Amino acid sequence: MNTNTSWDDFINPVVRTIPWSGIRKFFDLVVETPGVISLGVGEPDFVTPWHIREACIYSLEKGYTMYTSNYGLLELRQAIAQELSRTGLKYNPQNEILATVGVSEALDLAIRALISPGDEVLVPEPSYVSYAPCITLAGGGVVSLPTTLEGNFRISADQVESAITPRTKALILCYPNNPTGAVMDRKTLTGIAEVAERHNLVVIADDIYENLTYVGEHTCFAALPGMQERTILLNGFSKSYAMTGWRLGYAAGNPDFIGYMTKIHQYTMLCAPITAQMAAIEALKNGRPAMKKMVREYNRRRLLVIHALRDIGLPCLEPGGAFYAFPDISGTGLSSEEFAAQLLQEEKVAVVPGNAFGPCGEGFVRCSYAASMEDLGQAFRRMTKFVKSRGMRPRKIFSSVTNTEQTSPGPKEAAG
Amino acid sequence: MKEVLEILESDARLSAADIAIMLNKEKSEVQEVIKELESNKVILKYIALVNWEKAGEEKVLAMIEVRVAPQRDKGFDTVAERIYRFPQVRSVHLMSGDYDLAVFVEGKNMREVSHFVSTKLATIEGVLSTMTHFILKTYKQDGVVLEDVEKDRRLLVSP
Repeated sequence: MNTNTSWDDFINPVVRTIPWSGIRKFFDLVVETPGVISLGVGEPDFVTPWHIREACIYSLEKGYTMYTSNYGLLELRQAIAQELSRTGLKYNPQNEILATVGVSEALDLAIRALISPGDEVLVPEPSYVSYAPCITLAGGGVVSLPTTLEGNFRISADQVESAITPRTKALILCYPNNPTGAVMDRKTLTGIAEVAERHNLVVIADDIYENLTYVGEHTCFAALPGMQERTILLNGFSKSYAMTGWRLGYAAGNPDFIGYMTKIHQYTMLCAPITAQMAAIEALKNGRPAMKKMVREYNRRRLLVIHALRDIGLPCLEPGGAFYAFPDISGTGLSSEEFAAQLLQEEKVAVVPGNAFGPCGEGFVRCSYAASMEDLGQAFRRMTKFVKSRGMRPRKIFSSVTNTEQTSPGPKEAAG
Repeated sequence: MKEVLEILESDARLSAADIAIMLNKEKSEVQEVIKELESNKVILKYIALVNWEKAGEEKVLAMIEVRVAPQRDKGFDTVAERIYRFPQVRSVHLMSGDYDLAVFVEGKNMREVSHFVSTKLATIEGVLSTMTHFILKTYKQDGVVLEDVEKDRRLLVSP
């Protein structure tokens, strides 16, 4: 670099100006604080089930260390097609499924394949942190569909319809939702499907938390009548099978569109890592029991967290899926970032400020319950203390669950 | 009911109130279920899983293969019963295969265990032979890894 220039002068202005993820900013603060109990983690606290890891090790022993087809191993795509057929969907493993490096890559490919400068994409908010930047990087415009606690953090068909302009090309759906834990009902989704039909929208359905649904059944948008053709279904292994670090996801959809995504993928990624693909085959073939067990465990924690938040007196949507609770902390008089920073400082509990997921997440914080019962119990006791000190009146302290400081009466009590 | 058992099996110290929250049920309902499980002896006892080695206690555990002459009408039950009455005996299982009973015996040292086997166990009527295997190290017990080195390696905050 010449002395009178800096890297900033060389960087694409779009890259220069998109903000760092609010999560990253907060992360730096957390790592500097020792002894933190973190409810800020967006991944399972289980490690990948052993049989899946073992399958990968075996594949390495056998020498599976090469490239795969751009689309991914056919055996994997067949297993994915089989998995998707559970919802009645039929995809041709030959050309309608693409294995990607996490859902993140699949999302990026879908957006890049779809969006020309000036196109608009509708994004429910609060939302996962990647959607808006990916759209921006592709030159598209992000049109937020704000949701509220009162509206159960759901979007409505009317809301979608009224946000549509002649430039609107696509709608992103992610339910169960990160960060709110919201799930959609079939009726609303059917209404949205009609809107998509009427306005000829592409729908990108991020189903990553699909299996982590605790209330009712997950409605797969692509499986709604007539929707498979216009839906790009994204899913992966991170949440269902506790495989975040393997970075493996997939996209399923119309063969032409999957073809265009693959066109980008072949030049930018070539293929998803074969080790992860081998593990994923095992996950799909034999991983369901372990997954069900994890889901049962999350559900218990979920109920515990709902109960704890109710005791603290923080209004919160009863999350129907994923592993997040998104309580309203505005009653403390603090902003999301103040709440998170002060809770971290004073009580050493990390939560993620809600505004990291979009402006309408302001006034909320995301608490992940992908944490041990001990940590959850301890964290909520500390949060109770914190909230109380800020003037909100909790109803009672979190009960004896995992209270390590006092001995719980134990189940013997029930016998007497 | 199965879920209550699963939860208690993983942590017996949880109260009925806590279990009720976790299962979205009434406390009284969970209390009833636990009471019934206890009176039906489905739940036998609430005990702690102890790593005695870490507690600094010298203990020796042996697994003894016992071959038994079964008795008419009683099979192996009478002999098994005579064996399990000894407090040194931690567990007794009827096995398929080369021998009949697998008996886990605990003692202060090897001599104590050998003494028990030769004077008490082997002399029981119906016991044909014994083969003693001393346990050198326990890695995992009742689903719990004793020296668990796996820590939470996740980033503290992630999207």
